[in-house]
Amino acid sequence: MNAGAKFAIGALLIVGAVGYLMASGVKQTGQFFLTPSELSQRVAADPSFYNLGMKVGARVVPGTVARDPAAQILRFDITDGSARYPVVFHGLPPDTFTDSVEVVVEGRLQRDGVIYATDVLAKCGSRYEAVPKAA
Amino acid sequence: MTVLGNLALWVAFLVGIWGALTGFAGGLLGRADLQQSARHAVFAMCAALLTAVFALEWALFHHDFNVEYVAAYTSRNLPIFYTWSALYAGQKGSLLFWASVLSVFGALALTFTSRRHAPLLPYVAGVVCAVAAFFVTVMLFAANPFERLAYTPVDGSGMNPQLQNPGMVFHPPMLYLGYISITIPFAFAIAALLSKKLDVDWLVAIRKWTLVSWLFLAIGLLIGMWWAYVELGWGGYWAWDPVENAALLPWLVMTAFLHSVMVQEKRGMLKKWNLALVIGAWLLSIFGTFLTRSGVIASVHSFTQSPVGYFFLGFLLLAAGSTIVLYVIRLPLLEAEATLESMVSREASFLFNNLLFIGLAFSVLWGTLYPILSEWLQGTKVTVGPPFFNLVNIPLGLALLALTGIGPLIAWRRASIPNLQRQFAVPAVTGLFVLLIMLVAGMREMGPLVAIGLGGFVTATVIQEFGRGARARHRQYGEPLVLAVLRLVGRNRRRYGGYIVHMGIVLLFVAFAGMAFKTETQATLRPGESATLRSPYGYVYTFTHLGISQYDALNRRVTAALVDVSRDGKPVGRLKTEKRQHVDALGRNTFEASTEVGIRSGLREDLYVVLGGLVNGTEQAVYRFTINPLVWWVWFGGYVLVAGGLIVLWPGGGSPAVRRTQAGYAVKLEAQR
Repeated sequence: MNAGAKFAIGALLIVGAVGYLMASGVKQTGQFFLTPSELSQRVAADPSFYNLGMKVGARVVPGTVARDPAAQILRFDITDGSARYPVVFHGLPPDTFTDSVEVVVEGRLQRDGVIYATDVLAKCGSRYEAVPKAA
Repeated sequence: MTVLGNLALWVAFLVGIWGALTGFAGGLLGRADLQQSARHAVFAMCAALLTAVFALEWALFHHDFNVEYVAAYTSRNLPIFYTWSALYAGQKGSLLFWASVLSVFGALALTFTSRRHAPLLPYVAGVVCAVAAFFVTVMLFAANPFERLAYTPVDGSGMNPQLQNPGMVFHPPMLYLGYISITIPFAFAIAALLSKKLDVDWLVAIRKWTLVSWLFLAIGLLIGMWWAYVELGWGGYWAWDPVENAALLPWLVMTAFLHSVMVQEKRGMLKKWNLALVIGAWLLSIFGTFLTRSGVIASVHSFTQSPVGYFFLGFLLLAAGSTIVLYVIRLPLLEAEATLESMVSREASFLFNNLLFIGLAFSVLWGTLYPILSEWLQGTKVTVGPPFFNLVNIPLGLALLALTGIGPLIAWRRASIPNLQRQFAVPAVTGLFVLLIMLVAGMREMGPLVAIGLGGFVTATVIQEFGRGARARHRQYGEPLVLAVLRLVGRNRRRYGGYIVHMGIVLLFVAFAGMAFKTETQATLRPGESATLRSPYGYVYTFTHLGISQYDALNRRVTAALVDVSRDGKPVGRLKTEKRQHVDALGRNTFEASTEVGIRSGLREDLYVVLGGLVNGTEQAVYRFTINPLVWWVWFGGYVLVAGGLIVLWPGGGSPAVRRTQAGYAVKLEAQR
């Protein structure tokens, strides 16, 4: 077997490994990214759609933010205009989190209808656009 | 001044179109007058765009709030440092920055490229003009930085406090310089394709340029990491955010190119591949610009939905389509002059290195675009986050780290068994030894163990290379060893500078591995109360809340919290963390309060303290305490990497006579193996 053919085998192995890693990576770590109405449709269609890791992108309902700094618990409601869910988050929200900001909530919807968030990301203000970084 | 700015933009627009037309036409028709005209067009455009930059800076410094851009990004009480950097704080200004830097790079490329490459230059001028003209078009028709408001606000809105950080003054321009300078190698690649001069010559012409953009991207990424770490307060430096990924992608492809280009120079192989890499890197840089400006990807960065995105998408598709067509037409001219002789050869290791880099880039791109792809394919948006990137990229990164050590040890064409034994014995033993030490020290995590063991292996290979080279000089010229090492690096900058870059990479990998051991705790403390946290080295840190002080500073109201830190009962110092409420000149709040992190950086670990807030305005404070191991080494590794890059890049390299003897000497070194 010449070197070219051997190299082709090696290359295939690498490509295969990359492909496998990517496929299994998506399978293991992929999370639904839903709006509140999509979430409510899913729950209506599939009553077992609870306790699944997901991200929900929505807007914080003004006036619903309740902070309990001593216990580091943050409660607020999110909505996309039609569906609405309460969120409970244990931790420090980002600086940009405020009333009525757009957020991405990472967490699990439980049977009590509350999303228990493991992470809350707030979209930065509109005047952030050209800056190539934030978190 | 906006009149001047607008005028300058229009001049740049027309001159750019003229330069693009004359550049391509002059090159294809062989008409010297048109070629000369295209060359002049680049310089004229450069002058016009710099005038526009001057006009915008003038408006910024004179607080001309009637200009929408000035009102949107600055305020009267903004420190002067940041007023200057407001040039690229917003979309419109950064487009101007892009175009003007590109025209400067274009002018430099036309001025400093050796006359040997003269046939390529008209096309280069044409590509530079076309790309810059596109950016000017976007400004003129969709995002004009000189747009005026119908009224004049008393004060501007000010700059987002998170951008008021020295890192943010240097991070965007560095990244932009990297992005933008890729256009020059790309322009040479297009020139080579159009002029059919597809020998090694065009590669020589762009070698330095590819390094320049690679280095700027690296510096930009590193400063960005530093900024995220000290300013954003989430306790890390890399979050696999789409915008970070967009900057990483071209860097990965450029790194692949810098390696594979050596195979073409030495062996005349990989011609198609190298061209494809240059073109791919440039398309990714435009794609990254599109991604960060269009809002197509749900990122935490909110990018205003503006027509700018469509402009970029259109340009991207047009550029990709025409480039690919040109590339395919020229494929028959790109046949390799040699074939791979052995799997155990430098060529083969470069090939695998390239495959891994492209695999990395592809998986990062895939993960970044997955929300869009999954929506198209399955109708549901599915996102992947840091766990995906870690799962996929850690194995690939470690394989690359291994190749970093293996590649330089293997001979070109075909390595013999004794050669392999001689080269690998010491480094392999060193790597295993380091691994053993870590196991004995109690480390059991697979990833970090492999990373550190490979780090030992690669370090040993680099030291071995330096040692052998220096000893050869010592024997041949009788130079003392220190001088021999310095001369060795000086006379073979590319090779030994490259090894220094490899050392930087090793340090970065080991530092990344350290983050696997990060520990964190949150606590709500009254003054005098304390929280404890155990570091991965087994120390117990005690953080004692001392109290809160509130005061006014230049453009902000500060709430500062002081924390006393002790390690195993011995005091180590005091850390301050702040909440800053920025205000405008009238004392009204602007933006949300931002957090200033308290950091105590050490060789072993960083203490990272964040003030979460106060409980109902009392002195009871909510804290997050984090211990981040080895972060200092990320910055140090970054310095080493940049230093190595600069050594490779440094102009000159001795007289031709020196270069000849040096070449002979290199051959001798190779023969000794």
